[in-house]
Amino acid sequence: MHRIHATLAASAFALVAMAGTTAVPAQAQTEIQWWHAMAGANNETVENLAKEFNATQSDYKVVPVYKGTYPETLNAGIAAFRARQPPHIIQVFDVGTGVMMGAKSAIKPIADVMKEGGQTFNKSDYLSGIVSYYSAADGTMLSFPFNSSSPVLYYNKASFRKAGLDPETPPKTWPEAFEFAKKIKASGQSCGMTSTWLTWIHLENFSAWNNLPYATDQNGLNSLTPELKINGPLNIRHFQTLAELQKDGTFQYGGRTSEAKAKFLNSECAMMPESSGGIGDMVKAGMDFGIGSLPYYPEAAGAPQNTIPGGASLWVFAGKPAADYKGVAQFFTFLSKTDVQARLHQVSGYLPATMAAYEQSKKDGFYEKNPGREIPIKQMMGKEPTENSKGVRTVNLPQVRDIQNEEIEALLNGKQDAKTALDNAVRRSNAAIKEAAKAYQ
Amino acid sequence: MNRRVVFPNKLLPYLLVAPQIAITSVFFFWPAFQAVRQSLYRDDPFGFSSRFVGLDNFEMVLSDPAYINSLQVTVVFSLSVAVVALVAALLLAVMADRVVAGKGIYRTLLIWPYAVAPAIAGMLWLFLFSPAMGTLAVMLRDLGIDWNPLLRGDQAMAMVVGAAAWKQISYNFLFFLAGLQAIPKSLIEAAAIDGAGPARRFWTIVFPLLSPTTFFLLVVNTVYAFFDTFGIIHAVTGGGPGKSTETLVYKVYNDGFVNLNLGASSAQSVILMVIVIALTVIQFKYVERRVHYA
Repeated sequence: MHRIHATLAASAFALVAMAGTTAVPAQAQTEIQWWHAMAGANNETVENLAKEFNATQSDYKVVPVYKGTYPETLNAGIAAFRARQPPHIIQVFDVGTGVMMGAKSAIKPIADVMKEGGQTFNKSDYLSGIVSYYSAADGTMLSFPFNSSSPVLYYNKASFRKAGLDPETPPKTWPEAFEFAKKIKASGQSCGMTSTWLTWIHLENFSAWNNLPYATDQNGLNSLTPELKINGPLNIRHFQTLAELQKDGTFQYGGRTSEAKAKFLNSECAMMPESSGGIGDMVKAGMDFGIGSLPYYPEAAGAPQNTIPGGASLWVFAGKPAADYKGVAQFFTFLSKTDVQARLHQVSGYLPATMAAYEQSKKDGFYEKNPGREIPIKQMMGKEPTENSKGVRTVNLPQVRDIQNEEIEALLNGKQDAKTALDNAVRRSNAAIKEAAKAYQ
Repeated sequence: MNRRVVFPNKLLPYLLVAPQIAITSVFFFWPAFQAVRQSLYRDDPFGFSSRFVGLDNFEMVLSDPAYINSLQVTVVFSLSVAVVALVAALLLAVMADRVVAGKGIYRTLLIWPYAVAPAIAGMLWLFLFSPAMGTLAVMLRDLGIDWNPLLRGDQAMAMVVGAAAWKQISYNFLFFLAGLQAIPKSLIEAAAIDGAGPARRFWTIVFPLLSPTTFFLLVVNTVYAFFDTFGIIHAVTGGGPGKSTETLVYKVYNDGFVNLNLGASSAQSVILMVIVIALTVIQFKYVERRVHYA
């Protein structure tokens, strides 16, 4: 308790100190604060983007500040807002989208920012699946899709060969994928499949990709109190299979977020659904790996539909001087430039935000040289999104994911069956959503 | 022998304690007051609407099965940490007390872990026991143990208890060693002459004379396990699998900073505050007086 209070007090103190520095600009330049959560190689990318933008003009200076992990950055932004010292731009991860949308008077939709900043802004220039996820129910685009990702299936080609499978043919459907996993296990290898982010991949994207509802009210897009629908027959069948395969190690759980990646990188597990933005580690490890689409169930009508975006977007806080928003708008225009977007996409594995950057990458021959890298885009854009696949939103999605993870862990540990696990997850999530929504009513 | 220092100036003592009082007020009293206030309100994360709800938050927290579970987890965790850390430290202290050659080296090495930050200690244990890459995890599996703390709550608990106790052993060791050295050699020698073996000497003379130290350490260790192990749990298990390692302090963090329910989180803080006040009272009333017996 002391620790938490001390941290709170310390961050409040830091805020005051920072307010002191921002209030006295050294030059006539207007500073644009940009809080983000990009570490490692992606941090360099962010720093370079700011540097490049600052070099193109002299009125504004974008100052990127690393604020820790995604949840830490969001909390820092909320605390700063409460202390009336928010940054101009904050990077918020996909599951924080509902939190930001709930705070209508705290944020300024980027559609407004662009319009008031005198920048041309056309929604249709951006990838449609992403645009709809970051838009309000009336179609106003609320945040800037900075780094979007889509889950794909990574597989180890050497393991495929050892099991007598064709290393150029990844499984298309889940039944196939499980069959492959069993064959790999039977060939004497330690593990057929693992997975990162079970909630994001096997619940949220699972529903969208198989064109099944995740929750009522358009998956929560147009209501504060949606009820989850993740205990349907196909959901139950999928998780029951995972639980059975977990027993003999054909499937191996690796953790709630991206911890399972270690099991793939050390060749313990041969297949792994993971974010397209995670490709950097596989490349760095020098693995002989392939990329396949996220598997689906052939029984599901309309499957494969489309995946929903993960990653993060940039939100603009309200209440800043109009001149500042002009700078923010200019910066977003810079970020949307085709060569900037194409480069971001090719280096990081995240999706390009604009159609033009996608076309550019095609023209560059990037996808021929790097097979599999187009898959996440095709997954997201292949079809016009349905009610089931525009996105998933609750005001407390991080909490809902925790609840789901807890029930799934109890399932994989053999303490309950899939139906009980998913029923419990639905019941507990619904109660938590109702409770959290009270603060907004 | 009751010598009292009297300041010639009446103002000076207050001036001297002023910095400490200022720091305590800013970093303890003010946040504590805020926590109490916050626990009576229901806020949205951004603070647009703040509704007075009386004791609703407390009612919600105390009727939540997850909170009761967290209370049980905390009791199991704290007692395990205290017992493991005390037993191991006592054993090491008794051994180190006998060592003649290289005494300084042994003691330095044994005190070393206390200087390691909780998060680092957590990472260290995580690396050793991580199912995917841990050196000791591989050894356990080779021994035929189904080591998977990602799914098995008991194993995850064993891991955080191990990490937390390991860090506390040094502290306990110091106190036990000092306690052992304060025991008059003549008592032990007299018992030896009367024919008592080493085990009997330990149980009938050393251990009872150490009991004030042990009791003091028990309280300190429990408080440590309650409040100072957040970093370890955050780094090693994040409260999982399920909720099997979610202690009260971890739940405060989780509800407040992940689930953004500040009211419920503050209510839990206040309950914790009451618990720590109670523990401190116990310590002052029954332990502090007796521990300086020598």
